[in-house]
Amino acid sequence: MKILVCISHVPDTTTKITFSDNDTQFNQNGVQFILNPYDEIALARAIELTDNGAGTVTVIHVGDASTEPTIRKALAIGAHDAVRVNATPTDAFFVATQIAAYAKDQNFDLILAGRESIDYNGAKVPAMLAEILDIPSVSIIKKLSVEGNQGIVEREIEGGKEVLAIPFPFVAGTAEGVAEWKIPNMRGIMSARTKPLQVLEPVEVKTSSKIVKFETPAPRGQVTLIDASEPQKLVDLLHAEAKVI
Amino acid sequence: MSVLVYVENAEGKFKKSIFEAVSYAKAIADQLNTSLTAVSVGNVAQDELQKLGHYGAATVLNVNQDALKSFINQAYASVIAEAAEKTAASVVVLSNSFSGKGLAPRIAVKLNAGLVDGAISLPELSDGKFIVKKTAFSNKAFAYVELHAEKKVISLTPNAYKIVETGNQAVIEDFAATVKPTDLTALIKDIVRATDKVSLPDAELVVSAGRGLKGPENWGMVEELANLLGAATACSKPVSDADWRPHSEHVGQTGIAISPNLYIAIGISGAIQHLAGVSSSKVIVVINKDPEAPFFKVADYGIVGDAFEIVPKLIEELKSFKANN
Repeated sequence: MKILVCISHVPDTTTKITFSDNDTQFNQNGVQFILNPYDEIALARAIELTDNGAGTVTVIHVGDASTEPTIRKALAIGAHDAVRVNATPTDAFFVATQIAAYAKDQNFDLILAGRESIDYNGAKVPAMLAEILDIPSVSIIKKLSVEGNQGIVEREIEGGKEVLAIPFPFVAGTAEGVAEWKIPNMRGIMSARTKPLQVLEPVEVKTSSKIVKFETPAPRGQVTLIDASEPQKLVDLLHAEAKVI
Repeated sequence: MSVLVYVENAEGKFKKSIFEAVSYAKAIADQLNTSLTAVSVGNVAQDELQKLGHYGAATVLNVNQDALKSFINQAYASVIAEAAEKTAASVVVLSNSFSGKGLAPRIAVKLNAGLVDGAISLPELSDGKFIVKKTAFSNKAFAYVELHAEKKVISLTPNAYKIVETGNQAVIEDFAATVKPTDLTALIKDIVRATDKVSLPDAELVVSAGRGLKGPENWGMVEELANLLGAATACSKPVSDADWRPHSEHVGQTGIAISPNLYIAIGISGAIQHLAGVSSSKVIVVINKDPEAPFFKVADYGIVGDAFEIVPKLIEELKSFKANN
């Protein structure tokens, strides 16, 4: 089985988010970048599914050379080889088009990505990619297994879950629960240095969206503390002041 | 030119988040001096479809075909794109539900449209520009996205836009959509839906608890508080990791992000990964025995103390409040 995992390079969760150039650019100064956690869980499942020679896992990333440590991390976790499309992503459609251009004649059985990236939280690339390739897609899956030439997935729906059987190839966006987290071991870290990393030049894309301004939320006011012996005060405040009950 | 809204149904009924999407789409139609059409796919009764008129839909396209009875995003995306072509829609609106997240990108690609996912306010239209605000960096920032394609697709975050009743009547038309067999290769094997509980992603009020509750056997008071308020229940990551509560209740970085009107956090310290999923809640109440818990820094109201003493008292106070209101 041949699996492609799309990975994203994102600011670490604990990063303080600031902007530069009149609030039009994300300020990358001093920011620690990591492999997007949702993509990491997709990669972990891909490795489980191809364990013991049952297949191969390729990771693909769209980004400039500075993102290579993130790609090496994915190789250290256990991907067999990697592809980097040498471009700075402009929007989700740009990224999806680059991945589709690579994947269209590679005969992957399955393409996985995290349900969303933790920077722009768009959840757009997996379904856009599937649409460009004209194959099925399923978003936010918590379970994924293989049954012959189809995948069995459990998808989250409001207040419940749905189980689908989808013939390969398809694209799935993964969430926590789909695999156990994998921590790279020393052998993985050593071998990651020599695993193949192919660099491709981007295809041309006409983008359709652009972020023109960022804003940070106004800080919340000081917390109103209520004495533990007077919970009725909380009820009063939620009713009369906050007007939420 | 027109505006089209896709109205997702859950077992034949529309939820509040769908009426929000209709109200939002109606406001955009007003901004653009055009009319609003809704497209419904699946088996929905006429009186339920008629409700869409009350929120501003002038026309409802009713797609009720056997092949499209259940949600397959590839097929539904084709139907919605076909409805957009038929109505010459320049803007397509969806709710950013679990299904909406999978649909909107496919529709945008089909229509060569620009897409804003998870919009939280109406578009700003000036100098021929079309700019929509959304959250980014896991609720740590907002981004203003300019769409410069001729067609636009917007998915609206649940609970971000208020329902507006216009009292209109909608004209309901049957719409026979083209069904491509290649769109229908995925097969639904099972659907499990808890119907007795408030669903977390679109809940207005949420009661959440963490490790401070010490064990799954202590969730009775959390559920009682939630039931009293008509709230959904949620939990922190350590709690779902320990299988005290299902993963579907986990809010935060690797769980789901919510933005209810009220979020009550009991025995949750407020790690940054947890805040990422809840910090856009309108009002936050924190109950924690540790006065240094970071959650108090982002809370509107806080009680420092033992949850096992405070929550039962709070339940009693709410009961008497409800009896008098």
